[in-house]
Amino acid sequence: MIKLFSLKQQKKDEVAVGASSAGKSKPTAAQLRLTKDLNELQLPKTCKTEFPDPNNLLKFKLIISPDEGYYVGGVFTFSFTVGLSYPHEAPKVKCETKVYHPNIDLEGNVCLNILREDWKPVLTINSVIYGIQYLFLEPNPEDPLNKEAAEVLSTNRRQFAQNVVRSMRGGYSIADEVCRKMVQHLGTVLLFITGHY
Amino acid sequence: MEVDEVVGTKWTGRWKHLRKILERSSPFAHPDFEPSPDILEFMQESCRLLVIGAGGLGCELLKDLSLMGFRQIHVIDMDTIDLSNLNRQFLFRHSDIGKAKAEVAASFINKRVRGTKCIPHFCKIQDYDSSFYKQFHIIVCGLDSIVARRWMNGMLISLLEYDDDGNLDPSSIIPLVDGGTEGFKGNARVILPGMTACMDCTLDLYPPQVNFPMCTIAHTPRQPEHCIEYIKLFQWEKDKPFGDIPIDGDDPAHIKWICKAASSRADQYGIQGVNYRLTQGVIKRIIPAVASTNAVIAAVCANEVFKLATSCSIPLNNYIVFNDSNAVYTYTFEAERNATCVACSNKPRSLSFKPTTLLREVIDFFCQDSSLQMKSPCVTTNVEGSNRTLYMKNIPSLEAATRPNLAKSLQDLGIVDGQELIVADVTTPNSLLFKLKLSDDIT
Repeated sequence: MIKLFSLKQQKKDEVAVGASSAGKSKPTAAQLRLTKDLNELQLPKTCKTEFPDPNNLLKFKLIISPDEGYYVGGVFTFSFTVGLSYPHEAPKVKCETKVYHPNIDLEGNVCLNILREDWKPVLTINSVIYGIQYLFLEPNPEDPLNKEAAEVLSTNRRQFAQNVVRSMRGGYSIADEVCRKMVQHLGTVLLFITGHY
Repeated sequence: MEVDEVVGTKWTGRWKHLRKILERSSPFAHPDFEPSPDILEFMQESCRLLVIGAGGLGCELLKDLSLMGFRQIHVIDMDTIDLSNLNRQFLFRHSDIGKAKAEVAASFINKRVRGTKCIPHFCKIQDYDSSFYKQFHIIVCGLDSIVARRWMNGMLISLLEYDDDGNLDPSSIIPLVDGGTEGFKGNARVILPGMTACMDCTLDLYPPQVNFPMCTIAHTPRQPEHCIEYIKLFQWEKDKPFGDIPIDGDDPAHIKWICKAASSRADQYGIQGVNYRLTQGVIKRIIPAVASTNAVIAAVCANEVFKLATSCSIPLNNYIVFNDSNAVYTYTFEAERNATCVACSNKPRSLSFKPTTLLREVIDFFCQDSSLQMKSPCVTTNVEGSNRTLYMKNIPSLEAATRPNLAKSLQDLGIVDGQELIVADVTTPNSLLFKLKLSDDIT
């Protein structure tokens, strides 16, 4: 137990005004924790990180290239933004690649429990990356953001696999629509040529 | 602002009761307490307090502390006065709406409590650096944000000074008294940075924010709140109704737009209950405030400030919870320090190098020093408020970007005497801090 202010050292004022901290800023708790998290990243060989500005560790990208599952052969980029309240709050994660996936919508919102309702400060950047990687191995139709994709996955797995492959060839939403129209058009042309029209 | 001026008679005996406490010994006093009239003088003339927040708790705190005899009080708040504040933030009047809380509160107190020199700061706590916070004897927080609390906590920890043997210099400690309320519940605590549990030691005591699962919001909304969250999370960015700007919870136009969009979504799902008030509540994450809870918690805090400033009684050790939603309940316990707390467990260790020492040599030192024996340390620092990655071995892209730094000297990297390095390594549970002493004389 200390006695804080002996009356002798009560004159704080004079000391305080003179001593300025000359531009040295102290590291924040978020920074200390993130540095630790990043130094301990153990990425599977399907994942890599990129830092657009090496001096800004709070913003980086995760690139996942799944080597098994429905999404094998695809390359998906996620942006991570770590706030100053980390690890009290989860990092913000967006998917920058358009993907046909039950748990990722076409705006790039990601439905992963540990990013929202189940986030805990003991979790790390590593756990989030593993969570995202898991989404590509085991898309979860129970928890959909892209409802159509989820319905296909739970009713017709083969169809789902085909849709995934097709979407990865050229981006799902637009290319798929164009592709379908072209097939229809081609069909009409073929029918015309073979005289059935 | 109308202030009822104190009637111009002499207020004899105003300090009679305080004198009884401060000029007589007591079995409850701190062992080193020496009764003396100087203590009251210290309170009034020298003791500088900082009140953070001039809202519900802040108004109560300013009133309590100034009436108690503290006169050197600074108050800092970034907010302006809103109609909905007036029921409990009693230093404000209807005509003050839109004005800065800190300024109105300070001028009210200065007029109402004779002798008080309350100085307002209408800005964010982050706008000031350590040279500002250093001047205070005690800091009292009446905040509604965990981020701001942790920032303040980190600031006070960074002000601690240690001698070369690693002993804490007690005169560098600025006690933090923190109060918080939520409806009928409240808590107050005393933090002696570097000595007792800090904000980050007990971070897990704060309940996590209620976040609805994303898929519920997107596809299976059941509550009006889900519909509002949907608009906030999805529709706002898509429609950009006011251009590419974030939602401002204090802008009625924003809330109106969200409320309208949420109502039509609620209609689709047959959900009732979306209205302006709820929308604002969800967007701003408003927690209902109860005036009496604020009064109780502020009183506890003011009492602790008094005890800390005068040593006339042993301070709270160190956490009290209060709940009067069913009868009245309090519980006091000692929050324990977390030995691996990111904020307060690590004292910066002093290291001496020449300014011409290469970064590679510094890293070799971390690996070879018998008390550290690190494996693959990564090193970052802060230069003028922003992060600077010096070397990061573990991440290939960062390794490539920072490898040239290894061959540079500390002075060429812009590192100055007294700079702190953040070093993370697998051998320690947390990042470590090293304070560099740069001098040519070191061999």
